[in-house]
Amino acid sequence: MSSIAVVDYGMGNLRSVAKAIEHVAPQCDVVVTADSEVVRRAERVVFPGQGAMRDCMREMDARGLRSAVLEAAREKPFLGICIGLQMLFDFSEEGNTPGLGLLPGRVRRFPPNEMIDSLGNKLKVPHMGWNEVHQAAGHPLWDGITDASRFYFVHSYFAEPAQSDIVAGYSLYPFPFTCAAGRGNLFAVQFHPEKSHEAGLKLLANFAAWQPQRENDTGDIPGSRGVTA
Amino acid sequence: MLAKRIIPCLDVTAGRVVKGVRFVELRDAGDPVEIAKRYDDQGADELTFLDITASSDERDLILNIVEAVAAQVFIPMTVGGGVRSVEDVRRLLNAGADKVSINTAAVQNPQLVRDAADRYGAQCIVVAVDAKRVPDASPLRWEVFTHGGRRATGLDAVDWGRKMQALGAGEILLTSMDRDGTRQGFDLELTRAFSDALDVPVIASGGVGSLEHLAQGVLQGHADAVLAASIFHYGEFTVRQAKQHMAREGIEVRF
Repeated sequence: MSSIAVVDYGMGNLRSVAKAIEHVAPQCDVVVTADSEVVRRAERVVFPGQGAMRDCMREMDARGLRSAVLEAAREKPFLGICIGLQMLFDFSEEGNTPGLGLLPGRVRRFPPNEMIDSLGNKLKVPHMGWNEVHQAAGHPLWDGITDASRFYFVHSYFAEPAQSDIVAGYSLYPFPFTCAAGRGNLFAVQFHPEKSHEAGLKLLANFAAWQPQRENDTGDIPGSRGVTA
Repeated sequence: MLAKRIIPCLDVTAGRVVKGVRFVELRDAGDPVEIAKRYDDQGADELTFLDITASSDERDLILNIVEAVAAQVFIPMTVGGGVRSVEDVRRLLNAGADKVSINTAAVQNPQLVRDAADRYGAQCIVVAVDAKRVPDASPLRWEVFTHGGRRATGLDAVDWGRKMQALGAGEILLTSMDRDGTRQGFDLELTRAFSDALDVPVIASGGVGSLEHLAQGVLQGHADAVLAASIFHYGEFTVRQAKQHMAREGIEVRF
């Protein structure tokens, strides 16, 4: 039986993530775990997160999970969600926190002076609710998901990749920001697929079935085109 | 572009969804999971469960409901009613709630909002504000009430909203006590005063009797989301009809 480990480092509700994966992939053994050995043994790893990034990094380290997470992110199908995306980058402005450095770039707060839409309305932070996700590159995790489908977001910080070829999807708030990124066996999303109804469930089903191509392991997403914020 | 949200609100007691008028004449409206699924099928953007249970014995039943709904409905869920401690917040989040709404306890102990937001992040802490117009005030002012609208606090509602935002509330659920249950529409001045004063999203609540009221909440009240109970519960309108109406009014919604 295929096993999927949902990494639990004590930051909030992981039940939704696990339930959503169980719902779409009943053939998989989904386990929420803080045990690095279980993470190492799993065939796939989901890396969620909520709360403040500094706390997430600290709690992950306090549980001795860093090396298992790094290994998984280099070796097997790996899905970061929300803060779990932000933690993959080099650095976050939130608490001036170093990240895991698996993806090049920084995490920034939505700048207050730019949060005005084209009609002159004030945009709120957190960015909370259903926004369109534009697929910047073809990817197996987008299979069967219509471009510009809406996903559920709730966040105040966003990733700004240093390389456009790792951008897999973007949203507008009000400027384009990266909401999906990846390379090789690594994919990460800023939105919450487990709370995004059919489109989100489809993405999780795609992840449960994903077989990253070996030749892409060190390469870029085929056909990617970047966005610059 | 970010869609404006429509949020059906379900009152829960003793493990069942109930409907009533201002907490009286409660009638059983059915199984929480079935009702949640129905709204989900209609395109609800989120669900809010309000625990109106009086006794602490029955209070734990909401955890079972949250767990059962979270296993089958994959949209965000806010749970409120009787939240008094960080431990209450933790238990609801662990059961599968995405956000927890704090009302009376925020007034009694504002530090609770800060502690909960520090621990779990502002994104999952909603502060519910029940506001009532101060009679004959010029300019318009509203006062915060607690205990289901029965107890005055002397607090200015907009100032209170700013304070809650500063302490870490990620969203405000704003209910007009003057309009709640009247079906006369939102208190649009109240809604706009909050929405324009705050940087966090504001959910308008209290008084919806028609689809036009929902659209007004966004267009005139500047609300980020609109919450309603009775117009959906009694089968008068579906969430989809509400969205179709809002889309016709030029509001961005999710279908």
